Amino acid sequence: MVRKTFESEIQQVKDDVLILGSMVEKALLDSVEALKKRDIKAAEKLFLEDREINKKRFEIENHLMVLIATQQPMAHDLRLLASCMEIISELERMGDYAKGISNINIRMGDIPLLKPLIDVPRMAQKGVDMLHRSLTAFVNEDVETAQSLPVEDDEVDALYNQIYRELMTFVIADPKTIERANWLLWVAHNLERFADRVTNICERTVFIVTGEMTEIKSTDDEFWEQRKHEE
Amino acid sequence: MTANNHSDHQYVMETHDLDIYYGSFKAVTDVNMKVERNKVTAIIGPSGCGKSTLLRAFNRMNELYAGTSIKGQVMFYGEDIYARDVDPVEVRYRIGMVFQKPNPFPKSIYENIAWTARIHGYKGKMDELVEGALKQAALWDEVKDKLHQSGLSLSGGQQQRLCIARAISIKPEVILMDEPASALDPIATLKIEELMQELKKQYTIVIVTHNMQQAARASDYTAMMMLSGEGERSGTVIEFDVTNRIFTNPKDKRTEDYVTGRFG
Repeated sequence: MVRKTFESEIQQVKDDVLILGSMVEKALLDSVEALKKRDIKAAEKLFLEDREINKKRFEIENHLMVLIATQQPMAHDLRLLASCMEIISELERMGDYAKGISNINIRMGDIPLLKPLIDVPRMAQKGVDMLHRSLTAFVNEDVETAQSLPVEDDEVDALYNQIYRELMTFVIADPKTIERANWLLWVAHNLERFADRVTNICERTVFIVTGEMTEIKSTDDEFWEQRKHEE
Repeated sequence: MTANNHSDHQYVMETHDLDIYYGSFKAVTDVNMKVERNKVTAIIGPSGCGKSTLLRAFNRMNELYAGTSIKGQVMFYGEDIYARDVDPVEVRYRIGMVFQKPNPFPKSIYENIAWTARIHGYKGKMDELVEGALKQAALWDEVKDKLHQSGLSLSGGQQQRLCIARAISIKPEVILMDEPASALDPIATLKIEELMQELKKQYTIVIVTHNMQQAARASDYTAMMMLSGEGERSGTVIEFDVTNRIFTNPKDKRTEDYVTGRFG
């Protein structure tokens, strides 16, 4: 290999993206766990730990800038480094959703959960699982997985709808529960957004390998196309 | 060759199945490429793959070396420049060339251009021609107060722009540039590249460069050359595309390896 130094720098970036990814995965699972236990101390700690995620993101971003400036990446290398820039920004925002959940936990104070959490941890688990596989696909440049993952977002959406319906039955039965229902709806909303961003990471992996910048279609896109067709 | 009205042609030059020989050695094989009007076309590739040989075939400059010959065709506005009735001097007058090392004549800055124009039969106002050419080559402001000093007193970058001024003073249609900036420092290099962007509005440029960043920055199209074939290997164009594509998503693995610096 002629560009040994550059190769090892690229490997370093990939490793760092994986580290950032696992920080985000842990943050999300921990924030849901803390909520489940109504552990405000843990939530406060997690809230502050989001800074570490941001710090790591800036560190990788800086490394990418230096590589672009000094190594003049071309073709596949350029697509990879440019995509890393995008992926770390997605990861940082996914970290913000975890922080959002900790924030809700803190703000709820001593108000008890409206109901024990069942589907919320499921959503979190599914989201983290998708993120993990999308990053594995990124590192392995596995287009097939990258293209097939986004459709799994439907499962997260289905859980979100289920949580919504369930919370509404509480609210209808007793309007006084509206605030507590609302807290949980926000938690679910954060989780739904989290899983959505996995698609963006998958799109980058496809771009790195093929050079094609395309959107991977979601069920929502198909719904819109269907609707337009019927008009 | 026919007169200068070719505004309807998209492509100024085309090669058809072009092979170039040094004696019996086939240095370049089977090149089919088109040079678009008012664009910069770069030829890149590793050392010894025939880039300069190909470039020199575009204005019959190879013939100045003994034993060279070609097969196939090099067309200039649809006319074969190697046809029997074509005068190679006229070819080189319509298709100018700038070399790697600046080579001003050992004459004054003014005479470098005036003398060139004169021997090409220019009879108009000489001061205007000299000023126009130096302005087009972005050199006027730097030399207007010392036009009668020797061209050799200029810096390397200025000398190269003087050579460009000299080349354009006789109004060619194509300017061939063989590594025009490789002997220059980075600032002088950028000046040449900026100049190419200005010049292409009026001329068509083909440039050979070892500097891939230069091709990426300055050209619209890029031809990637490489040695290929079994046994006695010969240079050929393995990929030709818009420059942006060559440097972001080339089709050929060998181009990818070359532009990412993994060739070797």
